[in-house]
Amino acid sequence: MINAVGREIPDELLKDGKEVYQGKFYMNGKYVKKDSPRTKRYETPQESKVCKNIREASEKCGAHDGMTFSFHSDFRNGDYVASMVAKVLVEDMGLKDLTIAATSLGSAQDLIADYITKGKIVGIQTSGVRGRIGEVVSAGKLKTPAIIRSHGGRPRAIEAGEVHIDIAFLAASSADCYGNAKGTGGKNNCGSLGFAVPDSHYADHVVVITDTLLDFPSLPATISSIDVDCVCVVNSVGDPAKIASLEARMTDNPRELMMAENVAGIIAATPYFKTGYSFQTGVGGPSLAVTRFLEKHMVEKNITMGFALGGMSSAICKLQDKGLVKQLLDTQDFDKGAIEHLAAHPDHHEICTSQYANPANKGAYVNKLDFVVLAALEIDTHFNVNVITGSDGVLRGAPGGHPDTAAGSKCCIIVTPLVRGRMATVCKDVVTVTTPGDCVDVLVTDYGIAVNPLRSDLMECLDKAGISYVTIESLQEKAYSLVGTPDDLEWEDQVIAIVEARDGTILDVVRRIKPLQLD
Amino acid sequence: MITRPKPQKNRLRRTMMFMNAQKPGLIKDAYIYGSDSIILDLEDAVAENQKDAARFSLYHTLKTIDYGDTEVIVRINGLDTPHWQEDIRCVVAGGADGIRIAKCESAKDVKTVEEHALAAEREFGVEEGRTLIMAALESPKGIMNAYEIVTASPRMFGCAISGGDFRKSMHVQIVKGGIEMLAARGQMLLAARAAGVQCFDTMYPNIDDMEGFKAEVSQNREMGFDGKSVVNPKQIQFVHETFAPTKKEIAYAEKLIRSFNEQVDAGVGVYTVDGKMVDIPFFEDAKRILALARACGVYDGDL
Repeated sequence: MINAVGREIPDELLKDGKEVYQGKFYMNGKYVKKDSPRTKRYETPQESKVCKNIREASEKCGAHDGMTFSFHSDFRNGDYVASMVAKVLVEDMGLKDLTIAATSLGSAQDLIADYITKGKIVGIQTSGVRGRIGEVVSAGKLKTPAIIRSHGGRPRAIEAGEVHIDIAFLAASSADCYGNAKGTGGKNNCGSLGFAVPDSHYADHVVVITDTLLDFPSLPATISSIDVDCVCVVNSVGDPAKIASLEARMTDNPRELMMAENVAGIIAATPYFKTGYSFQTGVGGPSLAVTRFLEKHMVEKNITMGFALGGMSSAICKLQDKGLVKQLLDTQDFDKGAIEHLAAHPDHHEICTSQYANPANKGAYVNKLDFVVLAALEIDTHFNVNVITGSDGVLRGAPGGHPDTAAGSKCCIIVTPLVRGRMATVCKDVVTVTTPGDCVDVLVTDYGIAVNPLRSDLMECLDKAGISYVTIESLQEKAYSLVGTPDDLEWEDQVIAIVEARDGTILDVVRRIKPLQLD
Repeated sequence: MITRPKPQKNRLRRTMMFMNAQKPGLIKDAYIYGSDSIILDLEDAVAENQKDAARFSLYHTLKTIDYGDTEVIVRINGLDTPHWQEDIRCVVAGGADGIRIAKCESAKDVKTVEEHALAAEREFGVEEGRTLIMAALESPKGIMNAYEIVTASPRMFGCAISGGDFRKSMHVQIVKGGIEMLAARGQMLLAARAAGVQCFDTMYPNIDDMEGFKAEVSQNREMGFDGKSVVNPKQIQFVHETFAPTKKEIAYAEKLIRSFNEQVDAGVGVYTVDGKMVDIPFFEDAKRILALARACGVYDGDL
């Protein structure tokens, strides 16, 4: 069946009420019956929940073949815990037919790729599939298609019972012996632990894994002891150098700076740019630099920001310290400056992914977002964005909050160079749709700006501000004139990943790429 | 194959950005930053044993990349090197808009380049006289001969001082306030204005010192320069803003032209606007200001 972004979705995936993507806000107003965990009673008072090791905790939680385990990715590329736990489950305990439900998976979890290849792990549900996991999944080694969800789509699926977590293994920077846990106060701090919170509420069993045991009670805590079965103390939960850089680097690439400056100019030209406005950006080159140029406009026009949302960096924290931003709503921290700031500043708040972006709750913060600035691997002439597959068709990215913030915000700006090496970023059809074009408003490239024809109001704003723009087709033609027209990818029939829209419908599928044959 | 439109002698040249002609990654789309002109460099940026490679890269760039409205000038090697003749053939064959003569010291230098440009135009079937020339004055001798240089050829559209070499020959360093090159800048400006050609200031070498850069650009404008060489895209915007007429200047120019038209109809010559006496030269200058403002995109009125 062809969905609203023109993608053919195989009928065999459309069972148990699964539908194809119908356009944004299609599920609005529908009622949902929330799933509930089956949890164990701990009536007899116990002195401590600390277990000898991960195996003992897993056994206490009844780990067995066929279970679904979850991990969070607030320790990002520095995470040791997911691999550590997977190793115990597969190698020490000999478990098989396992499903991993993670907020993201990347090169820190390369070990899991081996267990996929060996057939021990048969299912993956995640936002990101990077590194070797992406390669083995793309090669068709996983028994069932991977399910790719956004940061908001994941808590929605958990609440709806579409993924039921048997045991959540939640890494924490510090915890007490009863499981009150957080992302600060330890040896290896990650800052916000917002990714872990839905799992602590909806998993049948919760194991907190930390390297810093604090005196009971350790409060305030992100994960509450009432949700925790076991606590494990390990040598180290992560590699501090990879959890967060000292400070996310501000680009000095003139091309990225030019794009960032143009993004800030567009923001300042819209009616949403007024005191109390809200904003989210990433830490990629041009995205982070937008913050700097935005500051100039804010000071000039005497405008302050109401709240900044999502992943935090030193740059936005410094804006708050200067009094230009009232509140920070933080799901993850990209650098040490932001981690320390979360602990120190009363208006820097930790929020969970459901609060952040879940489309099925009663109002996530993305719905109050004015501007979001996002990157893209590809964007096509229908403004559909791909952030998950490379131009070779291999999984190598993560939607993260991309589709959520694009849908929720009043003005979603994609910033990307027109070409990357020999690859046209602006193309006729993206390899995989991860964010539908009806959620994307403006594209800023190094070769010009394009506005989604759905947003004639924004075109008027740009006209008034003297900001010139062109059609997205002309940018695509320019890209192809520079690097040539790409050949179509050649696919096999096997679906290796399902890309779920944030509302739970099917946005796209990724098939297995035909192995390259050299004549 | 790209064919560039016929170059214009008089056009907006607020910024001329230098780019190493040998670096495809830089020159493939250098126009995106919006400088008025680009100077593709075959001279100092290119190592002695890479001159051929740079010419090859330059020629194919000119033939395959559409620079649109951005002017493309090529800085050729000095006339005391074995490279300049081949440089000129490459520039003309590729269809660049003009040649920047490095270390130009005399009218003879200009005429020599002109002869070779003409020969190359004939060789490659390019319209005769199409290739423009500008002179870079880099020595005391070049400055002393500024007037004969800028009047040596009908192809000549302007001159620029090149601070690096010039300061060395004068035994001075770059100084805040620009006293070290004040006389040279002034003399070159006089020569250019006397000849009716444009005049450009040297690049500011300390890329990270935006404050020093801004001070120099502001002084350039106050002295009467038409534009400035830049070496980094982040320097472009400030130059463009600084060289554009201010709102006040535009308003005054408009008022002057409107009142002038009325006075002419009434048969009056000298009269006053806002208490200041004005006559024909004021009118000419007001027309120039509005034309510049329009070209800079800060004026869309009907005068």
